Amino acid sequence: MSEIKHLNTPLNPADLEKLQIGEKILLSGKIHTARDAAHQRLVELIKTGRSLPFDMRSAIIFYAGPAPARPGQIIGSIGPTSSCRMDKFTPALLAAGLKAMIGKGERSQAVVDALVAYQAVYFTAIGGAAVVAAQAVKSARIIAFEELGPEAIYELIVENFPVFVANDIRGNDIFRDGIARYNRE
Amino acid sequence: MKTIDVARIIPVIKKLCIDANYYIAPDVVAKVNEFLAQEESPTGREVLQIMQRNYELAARLQMPLCQDTGVAVIFVELGQDVHLTGGDFNEAINEGVRQGYTDGYLRKSLVGDPIVSRRNSGDNTPAMIYTEIVPGETINITVLPKGGGAENMSAIKMLNVADGLSGVLDFVVECVRRAGGRPCPPVVVGVGLGGNFEQSAFLAKKSLLRPLTEKNPDPQWAAVENELLGRINRLGIGPQGLGGTTSALTVSILAKPCHIASLPVAVNIDCHCHRHASAVIE
Repeated sequence: MSEIKHLNTPLNPADLEKLQIGEKILLSGKIHTARDAAHQRLVELIKTGRSLPFDMRSAIIFYAGPAPARPGQIIGSIGPTSSCRMDKFTPALLAAGLKAMIGKGERSQAVVDALVAYQAVYFTAIGGAAVVAAQAVKSARIIAFEELGPEAIYELIVENFPVFVANDIRGNDIFRDGIARYNRE
Repeated sequence: MKTIDVARIIPVIKKLCIDANYYIAPDVVAKVNEFLAQEESPTGREVLQIMQRNYELAARLQMPLCQDTGVAVIFVELGQDVHLTGGDFNEAINEGVRQGYTDGYLRKSLVGDPIVSRRNSGDNTPAMIYTEIVPGETINITVLPKGGGAENMSAIKMLNVADGLSGVLDFVVECVRRAGGRPCPPVVVGVGLGGNFEQSAFLAKKSLLRPLTEKNPDPQWAAVENELLGRINRLGIGPQGLGGTTSALTVSILAKPCHIASLPVAVNIDCHCHRHASAVIE
């Protein structure tokens, strides 16, 4: 079903326009991790008009909190967490310029609609394949909220990070379509 | 009577926490192989193959299969002829968890309180410890590291007695349908049936201890599990929710007596890694 496509960050509008749900993408470039606690703080910073720890314009957020790295290792195991918990915060980040998210599992309809409105996409990575994903991370550093431990914001440089397009800029949804295709009830 | 110093428990728990997170269990490997051979979706097959590659890499690089190394859920069967000495039994278990999660480079995923500060406890304690007194003079321990994504998709309901078996089946199937791709399917579905409110939830968790390759010892329940697995795998959720014929690896039911007015049912979902490791202290 999926022929492999390579994409480099930052994603430009032409890249986003071409993406189709179900496509496998090997993503390379800069992404940032943020999960529950970091999202709460990012949205609070936006609400109060303060500056963000990284440029949200054209940003890609990876919903992940890595396991600790061993000495000499770039990063420990790192895979996606369930995206639905971030749904509440996503429209505000899209309004601030966020262009893509990487997580796992379905998003709310409000997020799917916001992806169309802001012309952004949602990728799914493979949950529970966190050593495979860690192999694609070429550098990692904490840039904000270190006190949150695994929930700190990491800047990652990834190379050929494997993801699938889950929601595109036209409102398509791999979960809805994929599940409908194989439903035999 | 057998005397066991609680200090002996610490390295055992430490090793189980690490092993469960680094090494995929043979029963999971067997089930994933079996379902990969039948999976109809090409994307589904690709996801299952990536999972298999992850097993190999995790073991070779001594890294946890998943970054969410979970809450350490610990089942202890404590022989009634064991006399524990040398300190606090539960604290020894927590010390084992502390050492395992620190020395094993496992993620610390617990907050000290659920609302006020939500500050990370820093060492993945406290563990969730369930101790049962059983005949004998050994301590049997199973560590089940349980990630948040799958755990969040669990559910419990006090059904009407009149809802009967069909009410139970519908509740379980709808729970898995609603969970969709969020709990990292293909999932393991634990069902606790009967008991009372809290016991049904406990039974659902405990039912996850049965090896995936073993059937329910009661043929009637084995048939119900088989029917449920069939229904769940016809939902179309597939690996990671991207569509496919492998949505669950197994369904495991534990049923217990309950009140004449009640029919409690609980569903506890585990992710496809279904991490577990066991040991016996003699």
